[in-house]
Amino acid sequence: KSDLSHFHVVLDQTRIRNNCIMTSKYNIITFLPVNLFEQFQEVANTYFLFLLILQLIPQISSLSWFTTIVPLVLVLSITAVKDATDDYFRHKSDNQVNNRQSQVLINGILQKEKWMNVRVGDIIKLENNQFVAADLLLLSSSEPHGLCYIETAELDGETNMKVRQSLSVTSELGDPNHLAQFDGEVVCEPPNNKLDRFCGTLYWRECKYGLSNQNMLLRGCVLRNTESCYGLVIFAGPDTKLMQNSGRTKFKRTSIDRLMNTLVLWIFGFLVCMGVILAIGNAVWEREVGFLFQSYLPWDPPVDNFLFSAFLSFWSYVIILNTVVPISLYVSVEVIRLCHSYFINWDRRMFCNRSSTPAEARSTTLNEELGQVEYIFSDKTGTLTQNIMTFNKCSINGRAYGERHRAQPLDFSTWNPLADRDFCFYDASLLEAVKVGEPAVHEFFRVLSLCHTVMSEEKSEGELVYKAQSPDEGALVTAARNFGFVFRSRTPSTITTQELGKAVTYTLLAILDFNNIRKRMSVIVRTPEGRIRLYCKGADTVLFERLHSCSHDVMNITSDHLNEYAGDGLRTLALAYRDLSEEQWAEWAERYRGADKAIDCREDRLAAAYEEIEQDLMLLGATAIEDKLQEGVAETIAILSLANIKIWVLTGDKQETAVNIGYSCKMLTDDTTEVFIVNGHTVQSVREDLRLVARERMMESARTRDGGKEVETQWAPPTSVLESISGEFALVISGHSLAHALEADMEQEFLETACACRAVICCRVTPLQKAMVVELVKRHKNAVTLAIGDGANDVSMIKTAHIGVGISGQEGIQAVLASDYSFSQFRFLQRLLLVHGRWSYLRMCRFLCYFFYKNFAFTMVHFWFGFFCGFSAQTVYDQYFITLYNIVYTSLPVLAMGIFDQDVPEQRSLEYPKLYEPGQLNLLFNKREFFICIAQGIYTSVVLFFIPYGVLSQATQSNGVPLADYQTFAVTTATALVIVVSVQISLDTGYWTAINHFFVWGSVGAYFTILFTMHSSVLFNIFPKQFHFLGSSQNTLAQPVVWLTIALATVICIAPVLAFRFLKLDLKPQLSDTVRYTQLVQQKKWKPGGRAALGRLGRGGSRRSGYAFAHQEGFGELITSGKNMRLSSLALATFASRHSASWIDTLRKKKHNPHSTPPTGDSSPAPSLVLISETNTF
Amino acid sequence: MKSEGEFVNQPDNTAFTQQRLPAWQPMLSAGIVIPLFTLIGLAFIGIGVALFITSQNIKVQELDYTGTATSSPCFQCSGLSIQNCTCERNFSLSELFEGPVFFYYGLSNYYQNYRQYGVSKDDYQLSGDTTYFLKPQSYCSPYQYSNNKPIVPCGSIANSMFNDTFRLYLLVNGSRKQVPFDGKGIAWWTDYNIKYRNPSPVNGSFAAAFDGTTKPVNWQKSAYELDPTDQANNGFLNQDFLVWMRRAALPNFRKLYGRITGGDYSQGLPAGNYTLQISYNYPVLSFGGTKKVVFSNVSWMGGKNQFLGIAYLVIGSLCVVMAIVMLIVYAKYKFPDNDDA
Repeated sequence: KSDLSHFHVVLDQTRIRNNCIMTSKYNIITFLPVNLFEQFQEVANTYFLFLLILQLIPQISSLSWFTTIVPLVLVLSITAVKDATDDYFRHKSDNQVNNRQSQVLINGILQKEKWMNVRVGDIIKLENNQFVAADLLLLSSSEPHGLCYIETAELDGETNMKVRQSLSVTSELGDPNHLAQFDGEVVCEPPNNKLDRFCGTLYWRECKYGLSNQNMLLRGCVLRNTESCYGLVIFAGPDTKLMQNSGRTKFKRTSIDRLMNTLVLWIFGFLVCMGVILAIGNAVWEREVGFLFQSYLPWDPPVDNFLFSAFLSFWSYVIILNTVVPISLYVSVEVIRLCHSYFINWDRRMFCNRSSTPAEARSTTLNEELGQVEYIFSDKTGTLTQNIMTFNKCSINGRAYGERHRAQPLDFSTWNPLADRDFCFYDASLLEAVKVGEPAVHEFFRVLSLCHTVMSEEKSEGELVYKAQSPDEGALVTAARNFGFVFRSRTPSTITTQELGKAVTYTLLAILDFNNIRKRMSVIVRTPEGRIRLYCKGADTVLFERLHSCSHDVMNITSDHLNEYAGDGLRTLALAYRDLSEEQWAEWAERYRGADKAIDCREDRLAAAYEEIEQDLMLLGATAIEDKLQEGVAETIAILSLANIKIWVLTGDKQETAVNIGYSCKMLTDDTTEVFIVNGHTVQSVREDLRLVARERMMESARTRDGGKEVETQWAPPTSVLESISGEFALVISGHSLAHALEADMEQEFLETACACRAVICCRVTPLQKAMVVELVKRHKNAVTLAIGDGANDVSMIKTAHIGVGISGQEGIQAVLASDYSFSQFRFLQRLLLVHGRWSYLRMCRFLCYFFYKNFAFTMVHFWFGFFCGFSAQTVYDQYFITLYNIVYTSLPVLAMGIFDQDVPEQRSLEYPKLYEPGQLNLLFNKREFFICIAQGIYTSVVLFFIPYGVLSQATQSNGVPLADYQTFAVTTATALVIVVSVQISLDTGYWTAINHFFVWGSVGAYFTILFTMHSSVLFNIFPKQFHFLGSSQNTLAQPVVWLTIALATVICIAPVLAFRFLKLDLKPQLSDTVRYTQLVQQKKWKPGGRAALGRLGRGGSRRSGYAFAHQEGFGELITSGKNMRLSSLALATFASRHSASWIDTLRKKKHNPHSTPPTGDSSPAPSLVLISETNTF
Repeated sequence: MKSEGEFVNQPDNTAFTQQRLPAWQPMLSAGIVIPLFTLIGLAFIGIGVALFITSQNIKVQELDYTGTATSSPCFQCSGLSIQNCTCERNFSLSELFEGPVFFYYGLSNYYQNYRQYGVSKDDYQLSGDTTYFLKPQSYCSPYQYSNNKPIVPCGSIANSMFNDTFRLYLLVNGSRKQVPFDGKGIAWWTDYNIKYRNPSPVNGSFAAAFDGTTKPVNWQKSAYELDPTDQANNGFLNQDFLVWMRRAALPNFRKLYGRITGGDYSQGLPAGNYTLQISYNYPVLSFGGTKKVVFSNVSWMGGKNQFLGIAYLVIGSLCVVMAIVMLIVYAKYKFPDNDDA
């Protein structure tokens, strides 16, 4: 090991961590105690333990202990098995990560080592496209100047590449031998979760070097465009920023869970009330009757007065009435959820063929909440989009080219050996135009091949690889390449292209770099012929203002084209050029040098200078790039919004790109009344923006309300004016405004405004802000939120939301690991919610309703019997019946219903998204429904007690033996109960599969089988003490009167329910899903794709710029400085070194922006220009 | 299993995993519900009528002999201190009481269903396990030991065994002619044959098996001498004991005492005047209970049971009414029948 290097963390952290991560909870030894401890933290389990203890007290014990311990042990073991399985998979995934290979420098030799064996202080070697194994201090790199490029998508979701640079002292330690000698000492801050901050000092050779985030490679990053690099492990394993950020997953509970817990508490209260009533009854009875009855039944020794007897009676009743909160409830709920999760895993329609990834329900406890989602928070890149840009269309000199009809893609390779094979274009006329030699077309592609900051790499002749800083720029340069204007290489002062097979070298005079304010970039080049020309590309809105008057005709036509592109959601850029005379250039260059050297207001002065030269441009045309959406995104969003789900896009991307995606995925359409953009930097401006939005909307809504009253929400009366707003509004808010909007005094305002909008797009948000937005909605809206994302930057949001969904099948797995559900395509979300979620919710609700019903029906019989047995806590049923009722006789049919039930076929739920609404409004199981179930249960118990009471008290067998003995009564009531609840489940089951049949009939069959077995002489002979009910069933069930009683009780219990349901279906059919949506079909036929057509028609006069560009500023400087070029030329190297200080400073300034805004720099526009005087170059 | 077009990891395409199991999806359509209600209603009315008529034909004669009222013949016996008191109740039948006639005794306000009462017995004793004769289980407390001798059969149930006895006389020409009660076979077959077992006789003597034990406190005779007339009807297999041990579900109950089936009375009790001689031993006034005897005959559905017939009639009628209401509602608010399924 590289034992010479020392690691030191300020604050007394002396332990040397290895890189092993552990997310599992148990090992073999700790499993049992820890798991049991955890399980008994559940109130329910502790409660049953308490009951068990109560049952061991003979004076109280109204039931044998086994009635509780059997279900308790069953429940505990099922849960334990589930926990063990979960933990096993965690162990497995840990192992997989821990056993990844990395190369560690040991004794000057590179050796393969597992990730988990990497220790702090090790020096490891990374190769291109490898994941960084731990948080590393970059020591040296294969690239010049110790530069290396990383992609931090895993960490913060930003897909553009970032530059990291080693300290110049260490970057000289090129080869392993030197590195092995490295004996620096690093003192740094303790492990923390701040991704954009690192602060430390390297002590080496008596010198101190400051370390910043600029020198760090964090675990989870991927090395890009860098052959290899060496890094010193600073933080490993759980100390890494990635792991520090992941934290322990909070246990998520569904709203049904919470409701269930509340209800269970209420039931406890109810239980206590019943106990008190019966205890009072007992006191009265003992005083009035029991006291006198002592000649036959003396009080038990500890009882000396009626009050004490009542006290004992209370506890006895607590024991026998405990079945109103059956222990099997929790385990049944878990089983149902587990099965639903498997259905999600098994769903072939959520299987992605391309990545061969099935959907996965990683959390098995949230399924029914999928049926209640109201807000979806989606990441953009990688989730909505594929992060692939394609050059789709263009307009050149007023003529539109692009895919008219998707035929065969053009074959470029035949005439252009340098063409990129992956590039697809469908319009042959453009290629013709190039071949014919139309000057505008040539100039158009020349702009694309020259005006950019792409780096090229030519590994072998003709094999060009472009390293584009933003994918859209890459797409443009690639397009130019395929149309014969191949960008081949650049030096800080030249650009070499191959124009239609002919090599041309342009002298690069200046790059007028891109930034968000300028929304354009230009290059000034000297052509080989000696002319000086400025090429510019940028937002149409910006460029059109700067055109020469003679371009206006072209501009009008191009504008129409741009309009069309914008409507299709394409990202557009306008292209223009300007010829400069030698004098103009010289004069301008002079002024620029001045601006560049200015000490104060350098940026403003530079911007002014740029402005000056970018005038009188000649418009060439426009490009339209498609930010490829994931498959079916627009349709999914359309369906989800029809299901009344609000979709918010939270992205780290820029405003334009985000809005653009909003349009292309039809979140924003031209139907959208207005898009409000909140982009203020100060509290006041944000507040003003929000207020203005709100006010406008209020006026708008007032207007619509005067117009027609049809906009009326049926379910919830609007709590504020804003909620009743009908217009289609959209809100776009940027990260820095969001920071203000999320402050305590403004968040309410923000939330109201945002919730009144149909679409909300938050751009340039940090991972933390994503979580805060989700948290805000979660806290104030009392709605179920779902967050979906693919990158590590979405982790916090995924964890915060009620339901987190990760996009799997891509490189990063952080989001997936943090998620509750994962699948590989955004479009599967509709199926997850509308089909699986809806069903889960429906099933769970039906299950719970029935479950509470059946237990109340079962238990309350004891209560009524109490009035006839001196409140002595005598059970009505045999204790075996009590033990088995919940776990054998009635569990499986309701479980089958909870697992398999379907009210409408799956395609219907997708066809009629409105079917999703009951879940959002929480209509199927709420406190009201609960009371209805309880009432039905109590009614049933009344019937089940008083009908046998009425009949049997008088009845005799046909041989004259009275039927009113206790055992006959018990068997009759129990049988009636089993039959009634079985008939009820048959009514509740809407989808009778073979399994349902088997379980329903099987349960009834099992009841009779077990009944007869337990009442048989065989069992009695073996256990004479245990089976008192010998012969009861044979005796009882042979009596026609008993069957008549059971039939009577069944009809009395079921007929009202049946009648009620029928009448409800008939009178209020809108509550029945199927019927409601049949009506809906008649009103409005929903057809997929219909919306898109509509959107285009309604576009009308509104003009919208489709401009969007993922580019960042700063790269122009990087290029002209030559820093990022692998150059052997000494001259260039010297040139570069002269400039190095300045650009690194600029870069550092930006990265060290103290605010938490993403380091991509935005708050203070810093236009940068690097002026290259020709004398400088050679 | 996987065919060529399949991918790795692709879930199986089965009806089960894809939730496409063939299923019957019933709907509560008018075509089912209304006829169902009509059918149930009519069936219930039919059964109700049958039950009601059957029940009407069953005769029941009840005689209260608690002796609360001073005019009651058993009044003098109802005092607490009186022992071996006998009283008589006269009654007359105007017509033949068709047989077979069952004779019951009934108690009210008597809580055989009290929990502690119910468990106060020793099942091992009752199944003839003599080891528990000397060491009764604690459930029996406080009727576990008496004078330091174990009680057999122990416990409250046995101790409180009903011990009034009855003789029925038919007055024929001024003389009394005893109507015999057949007390055999009045207990459950399983109780008599399986559940309860007498201890095996020791040295040929049944009584010797009970050596070292004592009779329950309230009993006048030991378990082995309950029925002096029939040796087999003693111990735990005594029919009256078995009947008593099968505790009642409700505080007002009756228990079978005997059948009147013998000889002249196989057709039933002929019209005439009867005297019921009661040996009044069992005090009930202390806890406000009453005692009665019941003569009853039975039909296929057992004894008289007005409740069942009336309940059937009422529910049947309600179902029919409901069916009509539903029909009206259906006709008025008929929604487009949408059986998507």
